[in-house]
Amino acid sequence: MEKTHVTMTVNGKAVEALVEPRTLLIHFLREELGLTGPHIGCDTTHCGACTVDLAGKSVKACTLFAVQAQGKALTTIEGLAAPDGTLHALQAAFREHHGLQCGFCTPGMITRAFRLLQENPDPSEAEIRMGISGNLCRCTGYQNIVKAIRVAAEELRAPKEAAE
Amino acid sequence: MIPGSFAYHQPDSLEEALSLLSRFGDEARVLAGGHSLIPMMKLRLAAPEQLVDLQGVEGLSGITEADGALEIGAMTSQAELVGSETAARLCPLLRETALVIADPQVRYCGTIGGNVANGDPGNDMPAVMQCLGADYVLRSAEGERSLPARDFYEAAYFTALAEGEILTKIRVPIPPAGHGHAYEKQKRKVGDYATAAAAVVLTMVAGRCESASIALTNVADTPLHAEAASAALVGTAVDQAAIDSAVSAAEAITAPASDGRGSADYRTKVAGVMVRRAIQRALARAG
Repeated sequence: MEKTHVTMTVNGKAVEALVEPRTLLIHFLREELGLTGPHIGCDTTHCGACTVDLAGKSVKACTLFAVQAQGKALTTIEGLAAPDGTLHALQAAFREHHGLQCGFCTPGMITRAFRLLQENPDPSEAEIRMGISGNLCRCTGYQNIVKAIRVAAEELRAPKEAAE
Repeated sequence: MIPGSFAYHQPDSLEEALSLLSRFGDEARVLAGGHSLIPMMKLRLAAPEQLVDLQGVEGLSGITEADGALEIGAMTSQAELVGSETAARLCPLLRETALVIADPQVRYCGTIGGNVANGDPGNDMPAVMQCLGADYVLRSAEGERSLPARDFYEAAYFTALAEGEILTKIRVPIPPAGHGHAYEKQKRKVGDYATAAAAVVLTMVAGRCESASIALTNVADTPLHAEAASAALVGTAVDQAAIDSAVSAAEAITAPASDGRGSADYRTKVAGVMVRRAIQRALARAG
């Protein structure tokens, strides 16, 4: 099958490649670009381990073709920390508050929470739980994930509130 | 799981999309949000040779009010529907339903057009559209036609959509001010299809039910517009006896499969419970 030329911006960098149209976005990210942060968990749109941020939306990269992302901006967990390695507030809060055990769901969980907090900077606990309802964790029981997201939300709001 | 090979097209206009469908006939499928089609392609239950992605086609998304109806572009995502102030104000049943479809990530991608057009009996919007008496606007190279949602579904994954046609928008008549509505869905977990679900819209005038419409999700090969159950409420005070007879009439038309969600008998019973709860909630909301 003829390959298609795709270009997109991944974690702030322009990338281009020739892909088969049937190449799933998650395989493109992991195998073509070497971004192995987004994980393949269930491969059936349930678990959310492959969640990435595409054009301002949280999406499951196992259920999109790479060609559908043509021309768009995409962020993976690798793109959240500052260039100097300073962790994003969500990453720091997950570490500080033990929001993970095995860590398999964590990249998807944090990437999803990133978009949730963009849309709703001060979510209630119920809104956080609904917001991450497309991400499964088999270790933690979610308590510390929810807590970490609440702490990160406060942290991210703080500079703005201090400035007001 | 990797789908079979296909050629990918991303037309800029509806005319170009329709011409691709005419050219490729039954080798072609249109791709909207892809959250029904891509899983089917990964399982190789669907293997289109030509995939026509509609994301670049102008004018297929958005929600507007026109002539007593809501017009919803087929490419409108469930997330856009959830966020639409117009839809929430004029027909809140749509938002209530969209919120129990799948999960946030899926709702960003999944479209209303894909949900109603692909004919999966597990999808929630088909029964809601039947409940609301919506029409589907279908375009082909030959022209445009409109078909009631109540006449659209033939069997699981078989619909009245003809080869070469694209569903472009849905026209939902705006229910009367003061109507009551509810969508009750039993599911095992977030993201699951319904064990059974029921949509209800009703209007009350001076303590009597003036109109009622009930439809059921995932308890047959197609969504079911429960006409006898709806009729059982009209003219009554929607008291216990009327609700009981609507529930019995709704249970009588179900034909669910026994599957991981329960036995056929159980799912029929759940359908009855969903109808009862939806009627009660719609009644409480009716002004």
